[in-house]
Amino acid sequence: MSDLLAARSQMGISLAFHIIFALIGIGMPVMMVVAERRWLATGDEIYHELARRWARGTAILFAVGAVSGTVLSFELGLLWPGFMRFAGAVIGMPFSLEGFAFFMEAIFLGIYLYGWDRIPPRAHLLAGVLVAVSGALSGIFVVIVNAWMNTPTGFELVNGVMTRLDPIAAMRNPAALSQTLHMLLAAYAATGLAVAGIHAFLLLKDPANAFHRRALAIALLVGGPAAVLQPVSGDLAARQVARYQTAKLAAMEAAFHTERGAPLVLGGWPDLDARTTRYAIRIPYGLSLLAFHDPGAEVKGLDAIPRDQWPNVAAVHWSFDLMAALGTYMALVALWAAFARWRQGKGEGASGKHKALAENRPLMWALVLATPMGFLATEAGWMATELGRQPWVIYGILRTKDAVTPMPGLVVPFVAFTLLYCFLGVIVALLLYRQIVRSPTVPEWLWRPMPAQREEGRGKGAK
Amino acid sequence: MAANAGAEGRGKGEGSKVTLAEILAGVVVASLNAYVLLAGADFGGGVWDLLASGPRKREQRDLVEHAIGPVWEANHVWLIVAVVLLFTCFPPAFAQLSIRLHIPFSLALFGIVLRGSAFAFRSYGGQRDEVQRRWGRLFAIASLVTPLLLGMAVGAVASGRVGEGGSGKGEGFYAIYVAPWLDPFAFAVGVFALACFAFLAAVYLTLESADPELQNDFRRRGLGAGIAVMVTGIAALALSRGVAPSLQQGLLGSPWASPLHLLTAAAALGGLAALWLRRWRWARIAAAAEVSLILWGWALTQYPYLVPPDFAIDGSAAPTITLALVLGALVLGAVILFPSLYYLFRIFKGRDTETTGTADIA
Ligand code: HDD
Ligand code: HEM
Ligand code: HEM
Repeated sequence: MSDLLAARSQMGISLAFHIIFALIGIGMPVMMVVAERRWLATGDEIYHELARRWARGTAILFAVGAVSGTVLSFELGLLWPGFMRFAGAVIGMPFSLEGFAFFMEAIFLGIYLYGWDRIPPRAHLLAGVLVAVSGALSGIFVVIVNAWMNTPTGFELVNGVMTRLDPIAAMRNPAALSQTLHMLLAAYAATGLAVAGIHAFLLLKDPANAFHRRALAIALLVGGPAAVLQPVSGDLAARQVARYQTAKLAAMEAAFHTERGAPLVLGGWPDLDARTTRYAIRIPYGLSLLAFHDPGAEVKGLDAIPRDQWPNVAAVHWSFDLMAALGTYMALVALWAAFARWRQGKGEGASGKHKALAENRPLMWALVLATPMGFLATEAGWMATELGRQPWVIYGILRTKDAVTPMPGLVVPFVAFTLLYCFLGVIVALLLYRQIVRSPTVPEWLWRPMPAQREEGRGKGAK
Repeated sequence: MAANAGAEGRGKGEGSKVTLAEILAGVVVASLNAYVLLAGADFGGGVWDLLASGPRKREQRDLVEHAIGPVWEANHVWLIVAVVLLFTCFPPAFAQLSIRLHIPFSLALFGIVLRGSAFAFRSYGGQRDEVQRRWGRLFAIASLVTPLLLGMAVGAVASGRVGEGGSGKGEGFYAIYVAPWLDPFAFAVGVFALACFAFLAAVYLTLESADPELQNDFRRRGLGAGIAVMVTGIAALALSRGVAPSLQQGLLGSPWASPLHLLTAAAALGGLAALWLRRWRWARIAAAAEVSLILWGWALTQYPYLVPPDFAIDGSAAPTITLALVLGALVLGAVILFPSLYYLFRIFKGRDTETTGTADIA
C-alpha cells in the first residue's frame, strides 16, 4: 500500500467513523428537547423518562464523537500538512468558529447530562436547546470547509501561492449552502428514522406500550419532514455540482460522453476502456432534467476531463446511486407515516391517533427496515463527494498527492487507527444494544430496572 | 518557503509594537494554559485513579470520577482551540509540527481516544463491577500515557530539533521523525508534565470532597506530587544542557528569568505550605499559578519563535486579514463562552455541591 493510499484510507476511515457520531450529536438533542418540552407542557412523566433515557443512551456516543473529532483536527495536519500550509489561512476561519460551537456544545452537554437535579427544569431545557443549536452549528461550519474544498473561492492564485485572501468570501463559496443544508437534513433524517425504527421494532412486540408510542411520535416528527425534504435539497446539491464540479457530476452519473438531453444512468457497470456503462437502466433526458431542469441541456461527460483527472468512476457512481435509492425509500416511508397519521387523526378522536399508528404493522416493518438507511446514505453521500473530488484535495487547485505528509510508513498508523475504530465500534454497539434491550417493556412504564432515579417523580412538570 | 520566513520575524525592530500575530500566539499559549490547568487536572485524576490505594480506594476513585464527569469534555476543547488557532494563524508552523511530531501526536491521540471512551464506558455502561474495573484501568493508563507524550512533544519543540534548521546531524527516518522526541531531555519534560498534572489534580481534589479522610488522602498525594514537580523540573533543566541551549539560556540568562523563577518558586512553596496547613483554596490558587508560570516561562524562552530555530511568530503568520478576523471572532466568542463556562463550573464545582455522591446522570 503506498503512503498516499494509506493516508487517504486513514482519513476516510476516521471521517466515516466520526460522521456517525456527528449525525447523532446533531439529531438526538433535538429529540431530547422535544420530549422534555412535552414533559414540561403536559406533566406526563413518560416524556420525562424518555428524555432521560435518550440522554443516558447517547452520553457514550457524545464522548466517542468528541474524541474521534479530536483525532480529525490533528489528522488534518498529520496526514495533509501540505493542505493546511496551503489553505489554513483562507479556510481556517470556519474551523475557528467551529471551535466555539464545540465549546458551547460540550459545556451545555455537561450541564444537560449531569444537571437534571441541579438546575430548574426550564434552565435544563434551555441547556438542551443550546446543545442542539451548537451541534448543528459545528456541522455547518465544518461542512463549509468541505464545500470550499469542492468549490474554492476567496483568493487569487499567483505562481502557486494564494494571495488576496478573503476568508469571508471563502466561507460563502458556491457549494456551502447546498452542502450544509443537505448535511443538516441528513442528520435529522438519519437519527430520526433510526430512532423511529428502533421504537417501531419494540412496538411490533408490544403495540400498547405508551413509552415507545411517544418515542415513535417524536422521532417521526424530527426525522419525517427532513427525510421528505432531503431529495429536494439533494436536487439543489446536484445542480450546484453540475455547475461547479463537472468531473464529479460526470462520475456520479457515469456519463462518459458530453451530450444534450443526457439520460439518467442508474446502476450498471462503468467500463472505463470502452467508455460506456454496461447493464445500466437509462431514463431518457433524466440527467439533463435533474442537473439543469431542462431536458435539452448539455451535460459535460468524462470526455471533457483529462484522463488523469478522472475520479474512481465506479465507486462514485455506485455511492451516489446508493444514496439516492436509500433517500427515495426514506422519503416514501416518511410520507406514508404522515399519511397514516393524518388519516387516523381524522377518523378517531385525538386520543386514538397514536394507537392506530403503532398498530399499523406494515408501516412499522417499513420503518424498521429504514433504521440504518440514513446512516448508510450519509456514508455513501460522503464517499461520492470525497472520492468524486479526486485527484484533487482542493478542486482544480491542489492535488491530494501534493498535500500528503512526507513521512514514510503511513500504513502503520492507518492499520492502528482502523483497529482502534473497530474496537470502539464493537463496544459502542454492544453497549447500545444493552441500552435498548433494557427499555421499559410494559405500559406500566414506571417499573424501572435502573438504579439511577434518585428523586422519584420530581418536578411533575410545569402545571 | 517557511524556513527563510523565519528570518523576517527575527528582523523585527527592537522596541516595536506588539503585532497582531504576537497577540494570537499569546492566545494560543493562553489556550494551552487553560488546557493544562483544566484538562491537565483531569488527566491527573486518572493518575490518582491508577494509584488509588489504602482503605478508601473505592472512594478515591469515585471522587475522581465525580469530579471529572461533567467537565472533561469542555476542558478538552481547549486543546482543539489551540490546534485550530495554530493552523489558521500559523499554517507553516502547524505543518512543520505535524510532520515532525507525527508519531508522538498519533500516540497521544490514541491515548486521548481511549481515555475519553473508557471513561464514558465506565460511567454510563451500567455494567457489572468487574467490567467497570477493566474500563477504569484503561482510563487510568491512558491518562498516564497521554500527558507523557504531549510533554515529550513540547520537549522536542523546546529543544529546537523540530524546526527545519534544527534537525541536526543525520538524515533518515530515525533522525528526523524519532530522535527529536525520543531523548532524555524530552522524556524528562514528559515526566515533568505528568507530575504537574498529578499535582494539580491532587490539590483540586481536596476541594471536591467534604470528607476529611479523603481530603487527607489527597493532601498527602499533593505534597508528594508537588515535590515530584520540583525534582523532575530540576532534572529537565539539567538535561537541557547541550540539548536545548536556547531554553537553558532563556531560563537562566534573560532579564525576566530571575523574577519568573522567584515567582514560580514562591508559588511552589506556597502551594506546598497551603496544602500542609490545609488551606485548600489557597493551595489551589498557588498550584495553578505555579503551573501557569512554568508554561509561560517556556513560551517566553521560545520567543520570538513558535518552532525554534526557524519558525518565528511573525514570519509564519497568516495574512493580516485572517488574523484580524480570527481575533474578532475570538473576542465575540469570548463574550458568550466565558459566562457559559462560569455557569458550568458554578453548577458542578460550587461550594454547595461538594457533598454530593457519585456521578449520576440519569
Ligand atoms: C440521510 C442522508 C442522505 C440522503 C437521504 C440523501 N443524501 Fe445526498 N448526501 C448526503 C446525505 C444524504 C451527505 C452525506 O450528507 C452528503 C455528502 C456531502 C454533503 O454535503 O452531503 C450528500 C451529498 C450529495 C451530493 C453531492 C454534493 C457535493 O458533493 O457537493 C448530491 C448531488 C446529493 N447528495 C444528492 C442527493 C439526492 C438527489 C438525494 C435523493 C434522494 C440524496 N442526495 C439523498
Ligand atoms: C466536512 C468536513 C470534511 C472535511 C473538511 C474533509 C476533508 C478531507 C481531506 C482534507 C481529505 C484528504 C484529501 C483528499 O483525499 O482529498 C479527505 C479525504 C477523504 N474524506 Fe473527507 N472531509 C470531510 C468530511 C468527510 C466525511 C464525513 C467523510 C465520510 C463519511 C469523508 C470521507 C473521506 C474519504 C473517503 C477521503 C479519502 C478520499 C480519497 O482520497 O479518495 N470526508 N477529506
Ligand atoms: C475534517 C473534518 C472534521 C473535523 C476536524 C472535526 C472535528 C471535530 C472535533 C474536534 C470534535 C469534538 C468537539 C468536542 O470535543 O466536543 C467534533 C465533534 C463533532 N463534529 Fe466533527 N469534525 C469533522 C467533521 C465533521 C462533520 C462532517 C460533521 C457533520 C456534519 C461534524 C459534526 C460534529 C458534531 C455534531 C460534533 C459533536 C459530536 C458529538 O458531541 O457527538 N464533524 N468534530
